[in-house]
Amino acid sequence: MEEPKQGAYMEVPILKQGAYLIATVQSALTDGDLLKLRDTLVVSVSKHRARGVILDLTALDVLDSFSTRTLRDLAHMIRLRGAEMVIVGIQPEVAFAMAQFGLTLEGISTTLDLEEGLAYLDGSTKPNRIA
Amino acid sequence: MPNTRDQTAILSPPSVATVALLTELVSHLRNNRTHLREEWVRLITEAELLTAMSRDEIFAEATSVYDSYVEGLETGTLEALQSYARNLSERIIPRGVETHEVVGIVLLLRDVLARSLFAKYRSDFTILNRMLDAYEPAANRIAITVAVGFVQERERVIREQQEAIRELSTPVLQVRERLLILPIIGVIDPHRARQLTEQLLRGIRTNRARVVVIDITGVAAIDASVANHLVLTVEAARLLGATVIVTGLSPEIAQTLVKIGVDLGKMTTVGDLQGGIEEAERLLGYKVFPIGGTQGS
Repeated sequence: MEEPKQGAYMEVPILKQGAYLIATVQSALTDGDLLKLRDTLVVSVSKHRARGVILDLTALDVLDSFSTRTLRDLAHMIRLRGAEMVIVGIQPEVAFAMAQFGLTLEGISTTLDLEEGLAYLDGSTKPNRIA
Repeated sequence: MPNTRDQTAILSPPSVATVALLTELVSHLRNNRTHLREEWVRLITEAELLTAMSRDEIFAEATSVYDSYVEGLETGTLEALQSYARNLSERIIPRGVETHEVVGIVLLLRDVLARSLFAKYRSDFTILNRMLDAYEPAANRIAITVAVGFVQERERVIREQQEAIRELSTPVLQVRERLLILPIIGVIDPHRARQLTEQLLRGIRTNRARVVVIDITGVAAIDASVANHLVLTVEAARLLGATVIVTGLSPEIAQTLVKIGVDLGKMTTVGDLQGGIEEAERLLGYKVFPIGGTQGS
């Protein structure tokens, strides 16, 4: 894995809320930060026996192809670990830019904000987890 | 003469001799005002110009134009005439007066006045020639000014209307909690498509919409780039957590979408707006039935 350029990684707090984990990105992430977040989340899912993971990207004003691919990988890994991931809070401008570059996060659920994300997981994780 | 072609309101600075000639010309036109003006109006009617206006109106306008025309010749500035032409255009454009009519009447006036000069100076060809040398550039300049004024006014009206249409054209309406509709009517050009996307994405945010119905019944056809833009909008909306249902696709638009190879799995389409709203209600978990109706199950 890449080494950070200076000092520590940008910590992304991961909160446990019932059966869900909520990771809120606070500021722009480097590629290294993102990979670290991915690894941490994949481990935490089974540690906390979580049924769902919410990744809040409200604070991000850019998502490039690397981030998109990492997020897709993360979603698939989390599904393999028996939980469901939903990405929330993508900004309208970011969303359109992503669509323009063809980075559409296919197969990953997205909702408007945290509240919607929780409602989505409530609706989708109780029955058999089918993608 | 460097400034013969520019469009400023000042005629090229005339020489002293020309000034004297123009003064003589102006007094001639003033003395024969009634006769020349009537002759002009007669020619306008004969040529069937300004048919949208009554004879009295033509006469009244002709009087004003005639006077400002003579004034323009006298003073060498076209400002008064320019503002009059703009004002006139503003009044007559809504009544369907065409560019050729406006240019036509000004040219007629030029001819009427030129003929009166022929009649007056026919005994002395040298003076007539000098008189025309002074008159013609000024008269042509006036004709150009009026025509340009008319066209500019017309363009201004068109620009204003375009802006008005753009502002009116893309309402984002909430019909139920979490359900927006976006009816699109008319032609979608790239500019409008961009604006539409912006409004829709912002609307999803502010109304916390989960489903959006885009109705394009009123759009006859779209080109490939706009079709592509529509697809991008649908995908961007999905990233915001909203499902987009497109309704009322015309056969032409369907063909365009197929031609650019849209992945239909990403796009929900329903035949008409009613069907779209019903589908949206189903997605949101609403069930609508008449009060006291039999459909209570």
